[in-house]
Amino acid sequence: MKLHKVITIVFVSLFSINYSYSQSIDEIMNRGEVHGNFQLDLQYYQEDSLTGAVEVPEDVLMNGFANFNYTNGNFSAGFRYESYLNTMLGFPTGYKGNGIGYRYASFINEDMKITVGNYYEQFGSGLIFRSYEARGLGYDNAMDGMRINYKLAEGLHVKGIIGKQRFYFDYGEGIVRGIDGELMVNDFLGGKLKEAKTKLTLGGSFVSKYQVDQSATLNLPENVGASAGRFTIQRGKVKLNGEYARKINDPSADNGFIYKDGEAFFAEAVYSTKGFGLNLSAKGVDNMSFRSERNAALTDLQINYLPALTRQHTYNLLATLYPYATQPNGEIAFQGELIYKIKKKSLLGGKYGMGILINYSTVYNIDSTAIPSAIDTSMQGYTTNLFSVGDDKYYEEINVEINKKFNKKFKGTFTYSNLMFNQAVIQGKKPEDYPNVYANIGVLDLTYKLSKKHALRVEVQGLFTEQDQQDWGTLLIEYSFAPHWFLAVMDQYNYGNEHKNSDGEYDERIHYYFASAGYSKGTNRIQVGYGRQRAGIFCVGGVCRNVPAASGLTVSITSSF
Amino acid sequence: MKKLILLSLITLSSGLIAYSQKEARSIPSANVKDLEGNTVNTKKFSNEGKPMIINFWATWCTPCKRELNNIADIYDDWVEETGVKLIAISIDDSRNAGKVAPYVNGKGWEYECYIDPNQDFQRAIGFQNPPYTAVVDANGQIVWTHSGYKEGDEEKLLEVVKKVAAGEKIEH
Repeated sequence: MKLHKVITIVFVSLFSINYSYSQSIDEIMNRGEVHGNFQLDLQYYQEDSLTGAVEVPEDVLMNGFANFNYTNGNFSAGFRYESYLNTMLGFPTGYKGNGIGYRYASFINEDMKITVGNYYEQFGSGLIFRSYEARGLGYDNAMDGMRINYKLAEGLHVKGIIGKQRFYFDYGEGIVRGIDGELMVNDFLGGKLKEAKTKLTLGGSFVSKYQVDQSATLNLPENVGASAGRFTIQRGKVKLNGEYARKINDPSADNGFIYKDGEAFFAEAVYSTKGFGLNLSAKGVDNMSFRSERNAALTDLQINYLPALTRQHTYNLLATLYPYATQPNGEIAFQGELIYKIKKKSLLGGKYGMGILINYSTVYNIDSTAIPSAIDTSMQGYTTNLFSVGDDKYYEEINVEINKKFNKKFKGTFTYSNLMFNQAVIQGKKPEDYPNVYANIGVLDLTYKLSKKHALRVEVQGLFTEQDQQDWGTLLIEYSFAPHWFLAVMDQYNYGNEHKNSDGEYDERIHYYFASAGYSKGTNRIQVGYGRQRAGIFCVGGVCRNVPAASGLTVSITSSF
Repeated sequence: MKKLILLSLITLSSGLIAYSQKEARSIPSANVKDLEGNTVNTKKFSNEGKPMIINFWATWCTPCKRELNNIADIYDDWVEETGVKLIAISIDDSRNAGKVAPYVNGKGWEYECYIDPNQDFQRAIGFQNPPYTAVVDANGQIVWTHSGYKEGDEEKLLEVVKKVAAGEKIEH
């Protein structure tokens, strides 16, 4: 009875706070805002003997989540509710059921920001630390712990992090801690330098992970540290930046439990002026897989971020058949990208000008020499020099993209790509059965505006290769009625596949047809699709995952408020 | 007793929600970097009382580039007509961040450009996939948002910007 009374009193007082004293707290509460977003993807699976797509016992699989964020002045808090009932095919199977995958609270006091709970953070270009999410791929290595971002002085920012990494609805075993400082020299020194044409930024970071040594046979380091230094120098149109990272011995399943130190570098030179841009970059990685659990695999519990230094494509034959993925155990990559706009009213430019983009990238192994295990007493595995290019080519691509507007209604983009793809290395297949793929790819993307709001877009794609699954063609027709509707049909046809069945018939020349329609109003979007999806590699933001063949109906709904 | 606890919670949260539900919202706070590498807080975005468009894009996002290139062709007219300023936020991470300035300059965009390398501003605004467009009024309030891009969507965007420039109320 007593408790009952207490609660009644609490209830009454809460009621009065809300209603009687609303005037006095009105000002504080009025600054508060709640916002969020929602996404739901659902698929009804059908069996398809032709593509190998399977029916699932649940018939329907679904992934969904909603974010809710509350901000009030310098305070913010929020959470993400996630649902996997059950996880869609191709997604990491660790996601199961419902849960709060992310929740945090943070406040800013003077120049210090404190975050408790989950957070995403990055040091420099991410060579030794980046926690981020790519929901579309099921990638999320959010930290859970504490973070401080502190502006110590004008031009001097420091970040400190400590926490455990998200592992689906659980945590990885290891603890990750780190500190990063960034000094904008001109701002820090102030005075005339602040206005100087040449601007210099320096940065340094240190990250360490702790995991108990439970090995009976090896003496494993429980604390593994990694450090990195970086600089950016900019003068007008020219910018140079670089970062070098080193990690001490970190035996793991990824590197075969060797005790060699890891190293990585990234260097970039950029020049750009109106109508012209140039980017040259190089990257080297040696034994730099860095996870908070020694036995973690796939995309689980990665502490650092090592994206591929190749062009990130979006046209489907280009993007999903042969995309490159960084080889963290060792690679050296180079990339150059040039962008140029041919002036209006010139011979090639015509009335509207013409855009040209050329990208070249290549990736090799690092030249290394294995140490025979008999004499490798300190278990180094091999010797190498980070900057020495090996003989084994992993990937090479040159592509040219031309944009041209012919008149007010008609415009197009033409893309040509020539690539070499080492599937044995990139996809871990047997070299004797899987030779390097050499492919030529062409994409013609044409848009015709029927009226101010109606437009027709056609994509014609062709991929030509002697290897793997031979030739492919794609035709996409999209009709859009701004601002609400679109309809699209697509057929992807593996017309050149030379695989034959026992009767001597070409049995893998499959049409992957897909039809979709979407409606959007404001930030609400509903999209429905039906058809076959090809097995392939799906990449967003530098992370790739394998998606199995599927067949059936898909529904996708997104919203935000 | 449980009912009472529940009731108190509902009362408290309904109060909270009632206060926090407003038609517009302010630009959330996050640090982004300009193309020269300077850190800028998004609360400092302003266009001297004229409308702003905040558009999120990425170098790997074809519809995003289509949208911003289409607007670039007519941007001068928009500015002249409404005084609008377009702020383009690239959510490219370190893989492609170095390609943003060459692309922006190479295409001759006259937008104010920033990079959100670890998607802090994207998370604060709250959306998943680019392109995402927000229109900000004279008081710094986001009054209209849109996700995705279809050919011709810029017509609707211009309509909204014109209304905002004229101080009219916006409905979706």
